[in-house]
Amino acid sequence: MTPGVALLLEQLLNGVQLGVTLFLLAAGLTLVFGIMGVINLAHGSLYMVGAYAAAVTATATGSPWLALLAGLAAAALVGMVVEFAVLRRLYARDHLDQVLATFGLILFFNEGTVLLFGRQPLFVNVPEGLRGAVRVLPGVDYPVYRLLIIAVGLGVALGLYLLIQKTRIGMLVRAGATHREMVRALGVDIRLLYTLVFGLGALLAGLAGLMAGPILSVQVGMGESILILTFVVVVIGGIGSVRGALFGAVLVGIVDTLLRAYVPGLLRQVMAGSEADALGAGLASMGVYLLMALVLLAKPRGLFPAHA
Amino acid sequence: MRSVMKDERAWAVLLLALAAFVPVVAPMLDSPATVALATRIAIYAIAASSLNLLLGGGGLVSFGHAAYYGLGGYVVGILYAHYVSGEAFLGVIPGSNDLLVTLPLAILVGGLGALVIGALSLRTSGVQFIMITLAFAQMLFFLFVSLKAYGGDDGLAIRRVAPVFGLNLRDPATLYWISLGLLAAWLFLMDRVSRSRFGRVLAGIRQGERRMAAIGVRTYPYKLVAFVIAGMGAAMAGALMVNQARFVSPDMMHWTKSGELMVMVILGGLGTLVGPALGAAALVTLEYTLSGLTEHWQFILGPILVLVVLFARGGLMGAVRRIAGMRGRAPDALPAGELPAGRVQPGDRAAPDLPLREGAAPHG
Amino acid sequence: MAEAPVLSVARLVKRFGGLVATDDLSLEVMPGELHALIGPNGAGKTTAIGQIMGEITPDAGAIRFLGEDITALSTPARVRRGLSRTFQITQLLEDDTAEGNVALAVQARAGHGFRFWRNAARDARLREPARAALAQVGLAEARWEVPVADLSHGERKQLELAVALATGPRLLLLDEPMAGLGASESLRMTEVLRALKGRIPMLLVEHDMDAVFSLADRISVLVYGHCVASGSPHQIRQDPQVRAAYLSEEEGV
Repeated sequence: MTPGVALLLEQLLNGVQLGVTLFLLAAGLTLVFGIMGVINLAHGSLYMVGAYAAAVTATATGSPWLALLAGLAAAALVGMVVEFAVLRRLYARDHLDQVLATFGLILFFNEGTVLLFGRQPLFVNVPEGLRGAVRVLPGVDYPVYRLLIIAVGLGVALGLYLLIQKTRIGMLVRAGATHREMVRALGVDIRLLYTLVFGLGALLAGLAGLMAGPILSVQVGMGESILILTFVVVVIGGIGSVRGALFGAVLVGIVDTLLRAYVPGLLRQVMAGSEADALGAGLASMGVYLLMALVLLAKPRGLFPAHA
Repeated sequence: MRSVMKDERAWAVLLLALAAFVPVVAPMLDSPATVALATRIAIYAIAASSLNLLLGGGGLVSFGHAAYYGLGGYVVGILYAHYVSGEAFLGVIPGSNDLLVTLPLAILVGGLGALVIGALSLRTSGVQFIMITLAFAQMLFFLFVSLKAYGGDDGLAIRRVAPVFGLNLRDPATLYWISLGLLAAWLFLMDRVSRSRFGRVLAGIRQGERRMAAIGVRTYPYKLVAFVIAGMGAAMAGALMVNQARFVSPDMMHWTKSGELMVMVILGGLGTLVGPALGAAALVTLEYTLSGLTEHWQFILGPILVLVVLFARGGLMGAVRRIAGMRGRAPDALPAGELPAGRVQPGDRAAPDLPLREGAAPHG
Repeated sequence: MAEAPVLSVARLVKRFGGLVATDDLSLEVMPGELHALIGPNGAGKTTAIGQIMGEITPDAGAIRFLGEDITALSTPARVRRGLSRTFQITQLLEDDTAEGNVALAVQARAGHGFRFWRNAARDARLREPARAALAQVGLAEARWEVPVADLSHGERKQLELAVALATGPRLLLLDEPMAGLGASESLRMTEVLRALKGRIPMLLVEHDMDAVFSLADRISVLVYGHCVASGSPHQIRQDPQVRAAYLSEEEGV
């Protein structure tokens, strides 16, 4: 296999890996919106909480299992508290109030994290048994840890599919996404359903954060940059649709990764190296937004609109 | 007198007149930072008021308003950079350090940016619209971060600005009065627009798009025009801010700036004339005070925002209204400000008070 | 009939998932005619109005209005051609006054929305037609400057009609204008409609059978989205199919 093809394959896998991370966030965001009608900007904070809890635990105990547990528990717990204390009061409000209140939560969580852990990024090692790479194809080695992330993400996607299609909770979730008033009128304990869905969304956000820890640096503000990318995913996929979230996430992940990998190189052929890198990075960052604009021109409700 | 208290325009004129004395009073209080702070408030008031045209006027929750604010700022910054280097922008447009050139151009570019982004974003509505306006603003943010020729992450400094009508813009009081004058002009425009035919359609769109369609109004062009006007206002504010700070950077279009502008609108009173200006004053002062107390002031500001949203509906103007109109008919029974014209006139008060909400009848 | 129909709906079909809401529906409204559409709850009457107005896209069929195929037109485009509707659940601008609601419809008809400077509330060219429409539906003058949020249910129903009239309709679609009204309010609404009758053709969806049988020139009966009978009030009274499918259910109510 030529080096060019090997590089492309590696970048594609990187794209899928970013995609599944985005999916874990987008699934929660889109469900929470589809069922409760709430736009939650603080979803990215839960990602950050998961990452920090896992990073701190891993550093303190050295146990990846404890780190996993801590990351999940912290994100779910913080998520439930946020739902109980703030979001629950916002279900009946308009989107503007929801945006502002959750914007306030972001400031609180970010600055709170600075207070607790400082502004320096934390670095997390890949767990012992997961270091190194495997040969996925002749001539193409790929890190085990990243493969694991892809596997976990796809596993969660399958699990969510089964949960939504095959269980009673899933039935309510589906019904809730399309006929919110009807589910309410049928006397389902909607509060419990809300808390469960929100907890699940928080858990997935935390999972995404703790898995991303060893790849990215764990730092304040990590939640927002990925949150905005997640918005792009949700808009492209169609709000309220988990299938759309998966499709949109992988699409955005791959497009973003490939642009970042190749655009600076292409620009370097026409301009100076450092400028090409900076402009390339900028253009690559813009790429997914242009993709979103194109999708919206064709389909204003996204690729898989849940509300027909 | 009460009717005067209830007319927001009277409030606006009174507050602007009082504000004009800030540079006179500030030296007496021995606080030189006050004029600069007041200038920032006046500039933010323009930006917040322009956003209010969308949020409060048309019910369009744009979460990317900082994009136009930043665009306005960069027009000033980039033209200045070309003025200094002597090379024309794109080889065509000569640089300038004259506010009389840069400000209109900034407004134009802000309007064009809003036209393009609005044309795409307004194909959606509701939560998609929020996310898309945010995403487009981030896109511009990344673009300017990557433009190394214009400072990239670090931004551009603006040093020597030409005098305007012989007035030195480096004099804080002069810049303040210019900003305040533009704020007054902008508020006057907003007042006229909100009462005009266009403003009525916009208010109708906020209250019920379905109704607007049923009376034969295609809402898209109205929303787009509102979006462009708002973008122009934000760009004007951005251009002024760059003159005040003598600096422009991508931070001006960061999404948190869009959030702050929204906060100002809500804090002051959504859909009111004076509210966004009061909100700007409140938030700038709050930030200034809190940051004087602790480096981690956002840790306090965040929960304050949550509490304001949850418990202080109507914002500062709502509170003012409740106080000013205590003995009359509850003016806050009308959400989103804007007393329907005709009801504000004193003569109408003579009509016997009709019972409120007699129709508790089912809606169908 | 020599005259061309104002509205003709041909073989309209609309499905929501497995449910057929409109099943091969055809009907016409002739000039000057008051055509009533009745049927049990869930018969698809409101869905039919939604499709005629362009708020709901039909799966099949065609809608012609004043000789023009309007099936593909948007709602605003249809309104500008002279279609106008009232809503069963009133869709009014709650913060605005009664007069303001109607004035906006007048303004929409005039098509001069892009004016940014003059105060619209003082514009006699908007106010006067608005006041005429309010008077036409019999809303008490003292209530014209009251915000909609403070109007009674009956007044809101009157206002719905006034707004629809202000768009200058050449066909009115009325979705249960009597719903939720008291007996005297219903009678008043019936009289308002009677006064309009002959001047503006109307398609009336209504459950108040006294009103329907006293007003309608022609009645069509909808069951499960399909038109089972159409004829004069006298014919409909006698129709055994209608009695079986519809009247038997409704009489007990």
